[in-house]
Amino acid sequence: MLKLVHAIISRDLRLAMRRRADIVSALFFFIIVVSLFPLGVGPEPELLRKLAPGVLWVAALLATMLSLPRLFADDHRDGTLEQLALAPQPLGLIVLGKVVAHWLVSGLPLALLAPVLGLQFDLSSDALWVLSSTLLIGTPALSGIGAIGAALTLGVRGGGVLLSLLVLPLYIPVLIFGAGAVDATVTGLGAQAHLSLLGALTLGGVFFAPWPTAAALRIALD
Amino acid sequence: MLEVSRLECVRGERSLFAGVGFRLDGGEMLYLQGRNGSGKTSLLRILCGLAQPAAGEIRWRGTTIDTLGEDYRRELCYLGHHNAIKEELTPLENLLASARLADEALDEGAALEALEMVGLAGREDLACRYLSQGQKRRVALARLVNERRALWILDEPYVALDAAAIELVAGLLGAHLQRGGLVVLTTHQAVDVAAGTVRQLRLG
Amino acid sequence: MSNKQINWFKFASPQAFYPLAGRMIPWFWGLAAVFGIAGLYIGFLVAPTDAQQGEGYRIIFLHVPASWMSMFIYLVMAFWAGLGLAFNFRLSGMMASALAPTGALFAFLSLWTGALWGKPMWGAWWVWDARLTSELILLFLYVGFIALQSAIDDPRRADKAGAILALVGVVNVPIIYFSVKWWNTLHQGSSVSLTKSPSMAMTMLWGMLLCALACWMYAIAVALMRVRTIMLERERHTDWVRAELRELCEPAGGE
Repeated sequence: MLKLVHAIISRDLRLAMRRRADIVSALFFFIIVVSLFPLGVGPEPELLRKLAPGVLWVAALLATMLSLPRLFADDHRDGTLEQLALAPQPLGLIVLGKVVAHWLVSGLPLALLAPVLGLQFDLSSDALWVLSSTLLIGTPALSGIGAIGAALTLGVRGGGVLLSLLVLPLYIPVLIFGAGAVDATVTGLGAQAHLSLLGALTLGGVFFAPWPTAAALRIALD
Repeated sequence: MLEVSRLECVRGERSLFAGVGFRLDGGEMLYLQGRNGSGKTSLLRILCGLAQPAAGEIRWRGTTIDTLGEDYRRELCYLGHHNAIKEELTPLENLLASARLADEALDEGAALEALEMVGLAGREDLACRYLSQGQKRRVALARLVNERRALWILDEPYVALDAAAIELVAGLLGAHLQRGGLVVLTTHQAVDVAAGTVRQLRLG
Repeated sequence: MSNKQINWFKFASPQAFYPLAGRMIPWFWGLAAVFGIAGLYIGFLVAPTDAQQGEGYRIIFLHVPASWMSMFIYLVMAFWAGLGLAFNFRLSGMMASALAPTGALFAFLSLWTGALWGKPMWGAWWVWDARLTSELILLFLYVGFIALQSAIDDPRRADKAGAILALVGVVNVPIIYFSVKWWNTLHQGSSVSLTKSPSMAMTMLWGMLLCALACWMYAIAVALMRVRTIMLERERHTDWVRAELRELCEPAGGE
């Protein structure tokens, strides 16, 4: 079973490496969205510090959304998804592998990049550190929950916009605890409780989401 | 081994076919025929368990395929209308990846041999997007060289292939039937397969 | 026991349910009218003017039932959806899609009346109160469900996909609610405190309950009407729908 998850992760990573442009453009989207905010609200450091957690997290949600439609669409188009659905293992495990691979090329780079962008917002080093960890802990949940939406909208007209409509409301708890943790650090309260809850959401998201996703994929293939 | 009874398929509001039934044993091959849109591909997908029939049931070794689930899929090899190969990967990577995902042991040497056999020697390390349609189909068919699962379900295996490749596939099918395997396939080309019993079923 | 089950399965088929629903609809409309009139009578004429909030508070006779209904209908929708996925009843999916617009309407009404209430009470059309925010997210979930179902052409696939979404949503609703509540307590910067609800007079409670019953009856009546339309549309190629339509058209055709 682990062998299968490993096989799908390594295949998806290899594919992602052959299409690095997709990863890079999602990252630049993240950078641009975050950089637009100071231009919109003004450069006062006090205000920017206050806005930073929310802005960075919302931008991270949007950047994740960008790569979600392709999570299953490519496999669906070239017939690989049928083969995956016919593999002699639970489809949920394959989805789990794809979710992990998706996180490695979307969530992880965002988490690594976020501290640099946090500097633009005059965040303290403590807050930068927490920001990066919240993204590290929270973005797997985004990939997991997003997979459900990606599977439900597979092959549906207007899929991309519809996907955002379905998935963004479900992202709200992750956003609240993720941005809340950074906010709590900025205002001097501990971020511990936020981080634990965020971790719980991620565990739930990553381990439960593959099953409804698998069911949705079978419906899409029928 | 494979028993199909009173199968009905509804697409949208139209009934594509109803009351389809047949029985296939080891060493037998079923040619599925019918004009375009008669539901050949739908029937194959139902046989795989990818699509649900509106009525009827499919039994494999006496048990319905829904009950068998993974045990059925472990004995099934499906080659669909699409090649199921990744354009970004090379033929060799494609072959190895699909074997690993299907939980089959396939080492690099055997994969290279299979590619050579389908006439892709020297193209193993070229990304598939640079291959022609026929060559892509050959990559997909290379899976069959080392395939030992009992039931092969093939959707238009001969499409886009030249005469030499068609002969090669017919040879693979013959060997599979000789081993006691089962084949269900659709095709518009009548191709002679050396071994096994050939049955026919016409839809629509 | 087994008799009962057979009855259930009988009405699970659209053909059997269609005439039954048709007979029930006038009753529910009637009950909705009776409860509505009684509730509004109590609400506007019997219930006393609130000492702190004046006359404006009377909007709760619509606001509170609408909020209840919006949440409850989501649960019912998810229940039908789950039933449809588990047993493959055609009727379940139709019920779920018939309920969604009504649920969305109530969520919207709840937000709208909440804003109308909020302006005189708190001086703002919108405050980021936990309940208001959750209601807004609930509206998003309804919109997502309706959008997904209408984007998929094949009704069977639409039913199943919608069912999965509704079930995922129902698991998430409590998580969303508690996270929003937590977020709200951490950000309680504004002077408005919504947790102190004024002690409610008995008459107000009665009025509210009657209005809630009226909303119930209305929701059932409308959902049944909608499900009948969906049935006719989806099964238009079956004999029973053709017979039904012929019957409907005959008086008109005679002229």
